[in-house]
Amino acid sequence: MRANYKVELASGIFLLLGIAALVWLATRATDYGQDIGEDTYTISARFSNVGDLRDRAPVKIGGVTVGLVESISLDPVSFEAVVAMSVDSRFDEIPSDTGASVLTSGVLGDRYIGLEPGGAPDMLQDGDELFITQSALVLEQVIGKYLFNAGKSEEEK
Amino acid sequence: MAAESTVMARLTGPVSEAGRCLLFLLRMLSGIRPRAGQVLSVLQQTYLIGARSLVIIMICGFFVGMVLSLQAINALEQFGASDQVSLLVGKSLFRELGPVLTALLFAGRAGTSITAEIGLMKATNQLEAMELMAIDPVQRVALPRFLAGVISVPLLTAMFSALAILGSVVFAIGVMGLDAGIFWSKLQNGVYFQKDFVGGVWKSLVFGGIVSLVAVYFGYSAKPTGAGVGTATTNTVVLSSVLILVFDFIMTSFLF
Repeated sequence: MRANYKVELASGIFLLLGIAALVWLATRATDYGQDIGEDTYTISARFSNVGDLRDRAPVKIGGVTVGLVESISLDPVSFEAVVAMSVDSRFDEIPSDTGASVLTSGVLGDRYIGLEPGGAPDMLQDGDELFITQSALVLEQVIGKYLFNAGKSEEEK
Repeated sequence: MAAESTVMARLTGPVSEAGRCLLFLLRMLSGIRPRAGQVLSVLQQTYLIGARSLVIIMICGFFVGMVLSLQAINALEQFGASDQVSLLVGKSLFRELGPVLTALLFAGRAGTSITAEIGLMKATNQLEAMELMAIDPVQRVALPRFLAGVISVPLLTAMFSALAILGSVVFAIGVMGLDAGIFWSKLQNGVYFQKDFVGGVWKSLVFGGIVSLVAVYFGYSAKPTGAGVGTATTNTVVLSSVLILVFDFIMTSFLF
C-alpha cells in the first residue's frame, strides 16, 4: 500500500510537471495570448503592393500595436491587395482620414502596417476602408530606380 | 515451387506483420475500460516509463538547447542577426527537434524496457498463465504500457522543449550576453501557437503511439528465448526510430 502511494504520488508529480511545461511553453514561448483583446472591429485598406506582409502581422499607431492583419487578398478586378485588419475596440476614435502604409521594422525585419491618424472629425467604423495608403518599398525596385537615375545623370554629363 | 513460395513469403511477410500489428492494436484498444484498476495500472506504468525517463530527457533537452544556440549564434553573427537566435531555437524545437528527439530517446529508454519486460514474461510463460486464468494478456499487460506511452511522450516533449529553451537562455543570455528582452519578445512574436506549438503536440502524440505500439507488439511477439527477447529489443529501437523519422516527414508535409 505504501509503495503504491509513492508511485501514485510520483506519477502525479510527473503529470503535473508535464502539464506545467506545456502551459509555460504555450504562454511564454509562443504568440499565445499575444492576441489583441476580444473586442475588435475590422477595417480594410487597398495597397498596390504589400511586399511580404503576412497574416497576423501587427498594425501599429506610433509604434504601439493596436491590431493584427486578419487577411490579405487580391481584388480580382483592380489587382490591388486588400488587407483586412482587426483593431482593438479600445482604439475606436481613429479618424476616418487615417493613412496606412506597409513598413518594415529594422533593415531585415518583418513587415507591419503603420497607421497615421488624420484630423477628420468622424471616426472609423467597423467595415470601413482606408483610402490614403502607401505601398511597401520593395528593395529591388528602389535599387533599380536608383541605378536607372545614376545611369541617366552620367549620360547627361 | 518451394523457392517460389519462400519468395512469396518474403514479399508478403512484412505486409502480414503490419496486419498482425494492426489487429494487435485493435485487440488492445478494445480493452479500454475507464475503471479504477485500469486507471491505476496506467498510472503505475506512467511512473515507470514516463516519470523515470524524465532525468535523461531534461538533461538532453538542456544540452540540445545550448548547442542549438551556440551553432545559431555562430552562423547568425555573420549577418549581424544574432538577435534572431531565440526564434530559430524556438521554431526548430517546437516543430522538429522536440518531438523527434524526445521520441527517439523514449524509444531507447522506455521502449526497450517495455519490449524486454513483456518478452521475458512470455519466455517465462507468465503470459500463458494469464491466458489459462482467462485474463487477456494483451489487455492486461500491453494496454497500460501503450496508454502510458501515449500520455507520457507529449509531456516529456514539453519538458524537453522547456529545458532546451532554458538551455538556450543560459547560453545566449548568460554566456554570450544577448539581451533578455529581445530574446523573449522574438520568441513570443515569431513562434506561432497554432502552427508551431499545436503541430508539435500532434507530432509527439503520434510518435508516442508509434513507439509504444512497436514496443508492446515486439515484446508480445518475441520468440520466448533469451536470444529472441534480445532480437525483439533491438528491433524495437530500429523500427521505432525509422518509423518516427518517416512519420515526421509525412506529418511535416501535412501540418506546416
